[in-house]
Amino acid sequence: MSLLLAPFMLRAALAALGVALAAAPLGAFVVWRRMAYFGDAISHGAMLGVALALAASLPVFWGVLAVTLVLALAVAALAGRGVPVDTLLGVAAHGALALGLVAVSFVPGVRIDLMAYLFGDVLAVGGADLALIWAGAALLLGLAAWRWRALLLSAVDEDLAIASGLSPRRERLTLMLALALLVAFSLKVVGALLVSALLILPAAAARPLARGPGWMVAAAMAIGAASALGGLALAALADSPAAPSIVSLAALAFLLTHGLASLRHRGDCQRGQ
Amino acid sequence: MSLIRVRGLSVSLGGRRVLDGVDLAIAPGEIVTIVGPNGSGKSTLLRAIIGAVPAAAGTIERQGGLRLGYVPQKLALDASMPLKVRHFLDLPRPVSPGERARALDEAGAGGLEERQLAALSGGQLQRVLLARALLGRPQLLLLDEATQGLDQPAAASFYRRIETLRNRTGAAILMVSHELHVVMSASDRVICLNGHVCCAGKPEQVASAPEYRALFGTGTGGALALYRHEHDHAHDHDRHGEQAP
Ligand SMILES: Nc1ncnc2c1ncn2[C@@H]1O[C@H](COP(=O)(O)OP(=O)(O)OP(=O)(O)O)[C@@H](O)[C@H]1O
Ligand SMILES: [Mg+2]
Repeated sequence: MSLLLAPFMLRAALAALGVALAAAPLGAFVVWRRMAYFGDAISHGAMLGVALALAASLPVFWGVLAVTLVLALAVAALAGRGVPVDTLLGVAAHGALALGLVAVSFVPGVRIDLMAYLFGDVLAVGGADLALIWAGAALLLGLAAWRWRALLLSAVDEDLAIASGLSPRRERLTLMLALALLVAFSLKVVGALLVSALLILPAAAARPLARGPGWMVAAAMAIGAASALGGLALAALADSPAAPSIVSLAALAFLLTHGLASLRHRGDCQRGQ
Repeated sequence: MSLIRVRGLSVSLGGRRVLDGVDLAIAPGEIVTIVGPNGSGKSTLLRAIIGAVPAAAGTIERQGGLRLGYVPQKLALDASMPLKVRHFLDLPRPVSPGERARALDEAGAGGLEERQLAALSGGQLQRVLLARALLGRPQLLLLDEATQGLDQPAAASFYRRIETLRNRTGAAILMVSHELHVVMSASDRVICLNGHVCCAGKPEQVASAPEYRALFGTGTGGALALYRHEHDHAHDHDRHGEQAP
């Protein structure tokens, strides 16, 4: 039990909490805009960033940020040219991940723990990581709050946004760059394979609970935070891998909220609605 | 002084020329209707005016600071976003409950505030879209088949509402409509579009123009004219992908 209160556990909890909170608004937009594969593409591309950073002996964060930003811009540019977006994202996701893994194997002299980057190592988060995560989270939450209505209207209908004097292209780009940033600073916590899960699952789980977009983000925050803390507790008590435990709980939340919603719906029908 | 002036506008979509050399000017307080068969570029013209599709050639001048209201033909609504009518009207700027209620009443959508946008009927959604367009106090209102999905009395009262609005606020209205019989009585000017402007002018003039008859048959501008529409248009812009049902 005392494991739960160990300093490394507290740091892990704060880190996971920061990622979960920052992921909530972005995840909601990813769900609304049906960009689920975009999260995959960017997070898988992060492996290439890891490899390049190690090869150039740069901090991993900067390598990942550079590659994810380039990837986000490239996908945004190509998507406007008539290439089917899901095909494009599939190519980007798998291509970048594979290329990253190949590249990592060529980095001389460094034996790196690939698992740590694929699945994260939240229990090894240090003070500097924590500062980075919370700075990034504050930045992303601030951005989402500042652009909220513009992002929202652009997601509802691009023509309406244009008619209101907004630039949906710019809002889309903002969102993609924000996603790149989120992946870069949360890589250490949840890892490349699970970032997009933590992005999408809490938001998707929140959908049946919410009557408005703001509520959906708030519910996604709550579900993400609860999954993060619960997953870590599970890891500490049952010695399960931390990040997959977090994501499993978020998936469970999804099943619960959607199951309850369909039960309630069936109830409505039986009452003759 | 025109609110907007379109000169020689050409638009290409997916490699095809959809609009070709379109000229158009709207003066304050005018009600102008665009008619034309399916696929003739009516929606594209409105989208070009709001700036959603780029011009391949030509210019679109807007009066400085022009306030536009736009009601699209369809809304790409996704049920994954929970959005009440009330939230929708708050985009992109929050409005006071009083303003909101007034706009909804004016559009005949009173009492829909708390409904989910994705769960509205087609006609209800049209009214809500109109309400949102009115919130910006538009000087020019662009309506793309805003009466689709409205039942007949509702469509009639919709046109009356538009006219009242014009008389009260002096807003100009540019609308797309397939309801030729109503259009003829409710508009100051009619533009017949088929990739290019076939003919334009007062409703009576247009109704008797040979180009118009070629597109819509020889009826007196009655609704049936549309149904008799055949591929006998003399111009080379034969782009009717599908005929009216
Ligand atoms: N995004 C697009 N990409 C390629 N072609 C398009 C696109 N949008 C419209 N078109 C084509 O442009 C032409 C004009 O379309 P538009 O929607 O302006 O017609 P419309 O007059 O509004 O028709 P309707 O009466 O059916 O609403 C059509 O042939 C259509 O297929
Ligand atoms: Mg149209």
